[in-house]
Amino acid sequence: MAAYRVTPALQRVLLAWKHISFNSRCCIIASHAHYSTAYDLNEKTFDKILIANRGEIACRVIKTCKKMGIKTVAVHSDVDSSAVHVKMADEAVCVGPAPTNKSYLNMDAIMEAIRKTGAQAVHPGYGFLSENKEFARRLAAEGVTFIGPDTHAIQAMGDKIESKLIAKKAKVNTIPGFDGVVKDAGEAVRIAGEIGYPVMIKASAGGGGKGMRIAWDDEETREGFRFSSQEAASSFGDDRLLIEKFIDNPRHIEIQVLADKHGNALWLNERECSIQRRNQKVVEEAPSTFLDPETRRAMGEQAVSLARAVQYSSAGTVEFLVDSKRNFYFLEMNTRLQVEHPITECITGLDLVQEMIRVAKGYPLRQKQADIPINGWALESRVYAEDPYKSFGLPSIGRLNQYQEPVNLSKVRVDSGIQEGSDISIYYDPMISKLVTYGSTRAEALRRMEEALDNYVIRGVTHNIPLLREIITHPLFVKGDISTKFLPEVYPDGFKGHQLADSERQELLATAASLFVAAQLRSQKFLGNLRVSTSQQEQKRWELSVELEKGVHAVTVSSSGSTYTVELAGKSLDVTSEWNLASALLPVSINGTQRTVQCISRSPGGEISLQYLGTVYKVTVLSKLAEALSRHMPEKVPEDTSSILRSPMPGSVVAVSVSPGDTVAEGQEICVIEAMKMQNSMTAARTAKVKSVHCKPGETVGEGDVLVELE
Amino acid sequence: MAAFTVASRGCRLLCGFRSLYKKFPPSHGGAVASARSELRCLPRLYSVGHVSVQERIDNKRKAALIGGGQNRIDAQHKRGKLTARERVELLLDPDTFVEYDMFVEHRCSDFGMEADHNKYPGDSVVTGQGRINGRLVYIFSQDFTVFGGSLSGAHAQKICKIMDQAMMVGAPVIGLNDSGGARIQEGVESLAGYADIFLRNVMASGVVPQISLIMGPCAGGAVYSPALTDFTFMVKDTSYLFITGPDVVKSVTNEDVTQEELGGAKTHTAVSGVAHRAFENDIDALLNLRQFFNFLPLSNKDPAPVIECQDPSDRLVPGLDTVVPFESTKAYDMLDIIQGIVDEREFFEIMPSYAKNIVVGFARMNGRTVGIVGNQPKVASGCLDINSSVKGARFVRFCDAFNIPIITFVDVPGFLPGTAQEYGGIIRHGAKLLFAFAEATIPKITVITRKAYGGAYDVMSSKHLRGDVNYAWPTAEVAVMGAKGAVQIIFRGKENQEEAEAEYVEKFANPFPAAVRGFVDDIIQPSSTRRRICRDLEVLASKKQTNPWKKHANIPL
Repeated sequence: MAAYRVTPALQRVLLAWKHISFNSRCCIIASHAHYSTAYDLNEKTFDKILIANRGEIACRVIKTCKKMGIKTVAVHSDVDSSAVHVKMADEAVCVGPAPTNKSYLNMDAIMEAIRKTGAQAVHPGYGFLSENKEFARRLAAEGVTFIGPDTHAIQAMGDKIESKLIAKKAKVNTIPGFDGVVKDAGEAVRIAGEIGYPVMIKASAGGGGKGMRIAWDDEETREGFRFSSQEAASSFGDDRLLIEKFIDNPRHIEIQVLADKHGNALWLNERECSIQRRNQKVVEEAPSTFLDPETRRAMGEQAVSLARAVQYSSAGTVEFLVDSKRNFYFLEMNTRLQVEHPITECITGLDLVQEMIRVAKGYPLRQKQADIPINGWALESRVYAEDPYKSFGLPSIGRLNQYQEPVNLSKVRVDSGIQEGSDISIYYDPMISKLVTYGSTRAEALRRMEEALDNYVIRGVTHNIPLLREIITHPLFVKGDISTKFLPEVYPDGFKGHQLADSERQELLATAASLFVAAQLRSQKFLGNLRVSTSQQEQKRWELSVELEKGVHAVTVSSSGSTYTVELAGKSLDVTSEWNLASALLPVSINGTQRTVQCISRSPGGEISLQYLGTVYKVTVLSKLAEALSRHMPEKVPEDTSSILRSPMPGSVVAVSVSPGDTVAEGQEICVIEAMKMQNSMTAARTAKVKSVHCKPGETVGEGDVLVELE
Repeated sequence: MAAFTVASRGCRLLCGFRSLYKKFPPSHGGAVASARSELRCLPRLYSVGHVSVQERIDNKRKAALIGGGQNRIDAQHKRGKLTARERVELLLDPDTFVEYDMFVEHRCSDFGMEADHNKYPGDSVVTGQGRINGRLVYIFSQDFTVFGGSLSGAHAQKICKIMDQAMMVGAPVIGLNDSGGARIQEGVESLAGYADIFLRNVMASGVVPQISLIMGPCAGGAVYSPALTDFTFMVKDTSYLFITGPDVVKSVTNEDVTQEELGGAKTHTAVSGVAHRAFENDIDALLNLRQFFNFLPLSNKDPAPVIECQDPSDRLVPGLDTVVPFESTKAYDMLDIIQGIVDEREFFEIMPSYAKNIVVGFARMNGRTVGIVGNQPKVASGCLDINSSVKGARFVRFCDAFNIPIITFVDVPGFLPGTAQEYGGIIRHGAKLLFAFAEATIPKITVITRKAYGGAYDVMSSKHLRGDVNYAWPTAEVAVMGAKGAVQIIFRGKENQEEAEAEYVEKFANPFPAAVRGFVDDIIQPSSTRRRICRDLEVLASKKQTNPWKKHANIPL
């Protein structure tokens, strides 16, 4: 039975495989390869590699292994037993139950899997055990190659303080600052003067940005000193202060390095990763619009010198903060393959995974620094299963009951580890895929990204495509005028979806009205039925009312073939499409403008959900008669939500801080929900008495489940 | 003519009339209009002081169109309800309603009912025929603005007239119910009227589809007409169905209960199972009814309708290969499978909130209407109990009566054990589902997705009950019971229970025992299910099977 299950699955993978290689072939013809196809099968590396990871990165590594003729072993948790990476690999070993600390972080089980399968090397991907020196040590002890840097480099760069010291020694720019006891305000001003304004002052013991003050001159420094030293003494009982260069509007730009075990090290240009939410990257691009060749070279050379300083081998990333004057400062070094590596592969033509494997086997790099090009422009959008309307993205879970990647478009690369029917569970990172587009210019890559996002079909889980599409079309982003504060600055009140311009609103109304008419006409097309009235003429003109965002619009639609002429507000729009009501994608042409909209749902009551320009809009289309009568329909009173606290996402209850009968103040914490490595504090919407508590610590809750009821 | 002028001024109420008016003259040509005015002028010359017949006709029509008058119409609207005529107009294709019996009046002469102001042309119901998406339907719509929609002898007679004709031509009957009950002033005449309708409901059952949409109160004897029809839908918050209202309940059983709790849409769709589905408001209900109507054949002599379909019949559904979890104890949603397989993911579920451990409803395969029955592992492991058996049985019998092929998805661990079930008569009720599947002669396709245990396996459209095509997915387990229970019986008191369990799983927890005996025709890859079913339905379209002659069967009621 097992064989029966696997065979068709394999076939599908093979099919997908053919598709991918076909794509890269196309790219070679167009002289743009996603990554190099120079796989020398005579260059012996490993016979079998175990990938100690899951999801898209495991699939990514397996793809290159296949091209290099290396057998692959997947490890998986029990819930992942039918995951894509398991199906793609030649062998698969279950390493434990769903929670990561019992499976993908379970070193004993993974070591056992290595022994059992005889894998000669391990690729750790990113996250999980990728920067775990203990894992690297245990592998070395068993004579298994770790595809990554040496234990020494992992350790040196894994420590924040040590890495900065090494960086300083290697003449890498670090953020100038002072950490220690500051006697008085005068000394604070002196230190600030040495660093250069603006400076940031805070108590050393305070974590993150807590109690942080920014001073732009001596006066503000004195004030900042006063507050921070008071706070340091009172809150932490620790007098030490941290005075550091404050980097205004910083950009997060990182340099990809690649080094071998023979002292060769290259920098593979930069990646701009400034678009972030909660310190997680959302949109990345390579190269950066901001760097000039000199800065790029300076950053690259410093990154390489840091790599050399720790005898780095394999692929790694040196992260910098860059201020508005192109001063750059070392942040940290990641000793692994980064999530966003594909964009570097696009512009350099290298296959980083292949290079990592070669280097791990001890081969020297084949390229010189002069061989590293910047060919064109690449963008990456991280497509997540999360709700972008809640703090730029709260995790969502579910089953992908429809899923279609836009891989039929040219110069689009999708790295994913899921397929139609996959479950996005609470146990793992909610990333669906990395959507990469490529072009000879940035404008071309951006245009492709727009198209790719519009053609991406994801149903069953909430996803962040609305936010991604807004970012990549935002004028500031298009101009390249961004910083790590982009999201909070551009959307100070949170993300609200695409805001329709008048012309866009008309396009949307016209499309919805046309779709309604197409569906109405189709529902009259009975085949072979002689009992349908023949005297009844097909309706040619429709008077409709379309409601969108509480605005009601009178619309007339006249049909002629597959083109519908929609008249609204004195304008006339021609909407043409094949009107395939079964397809998830609905390509339409509106007065000649091509758009791909997606019909998410259509109800008999006239409600149509359309994904248009990335955002899903709820439109209600009614005949003029139904609309006129609808004013008699009673308003349904929605449930009073201020007295009911519901879980905003699926997850597990970490703590419940109230019990029935307690009085809670507005904003007081009621309970904590953890989902996908994030803890969320749920607070009371108003001051009230707790009526009942419906959750216990340790319980799993679904989105919308009632947690606590207030009186 | 007067009425016509009012109509063209845009009074919507009169649209029904306007459309009727259009039916008779071929066009609004000038010649016709002038001929008519000549006609109208003639009698006037000779009957000075009397209202002409034409004017009387016009006046009556006008009166019929406003029912109980503007005040009552406003009151109806204030309750969040549409008038009888507005409902008809919304339900039918524009300009297709042909009204019958607009001039019928009640014949009661007691209690001052004979007075002119107590006579309403058409009485308290609007009847006629029209089209939904071009297909013929007979319709009656009770008018709450006239005597609270109460049923007089004349009212009943009007309904009977259209039902008789619907039976004769073979077209469905839709009733829009909004009535306070019997016309008390008429006494037994009114009761006779109910019985006349009940008889016709029964005679029409299985001949033409009958649908009731409850859009207001429906109490007392009146409830039995909807109960006899094939489908009963309700409108949330504004419709009620009960034998006796809250006041009588209070006086008899001393229970305090609101109308909504006693017989509202929620009660009947979730608790009693009397209604098949509820909709948000009148408009939503009528628009949904239009959609629903498209699934139904016009009569038992017509084939299930086929509509133009853009969803490829050979579409693979890759998501189905992973939909059944590896652990056989873990639940999944049967709707994921159904929506993945049917055309355009469109599934019109019947009784979605009642006996949720079985899913029934209509969908299309390659454009052709099919009935879907599926155990729902998400609720009570998808077991069969009293309610789910009855729900499934009634649906299967409807499909069988109206030539709608049935596709059954099986994941059933058995019948629900326990005193509640046994005392409630699970044996009797479970037999209904068995009976329904066994007697059905329409094309029957069965897919075993996972468990098919015990007697429930037999019941769920098995090969043994004349299933035409029976498939198993690789995850199917056809056995008398689950491994644990079986081992406890076979190896009672023996050690090594675990080993025995493993042996049992190896032997029985797979599709082979059924496949080698030919009880399933093939073991298919889940992703290919749609393609297989579409092909089979094409083949089975010409299936002919008849049961032995009988007056009627004796289903265990």
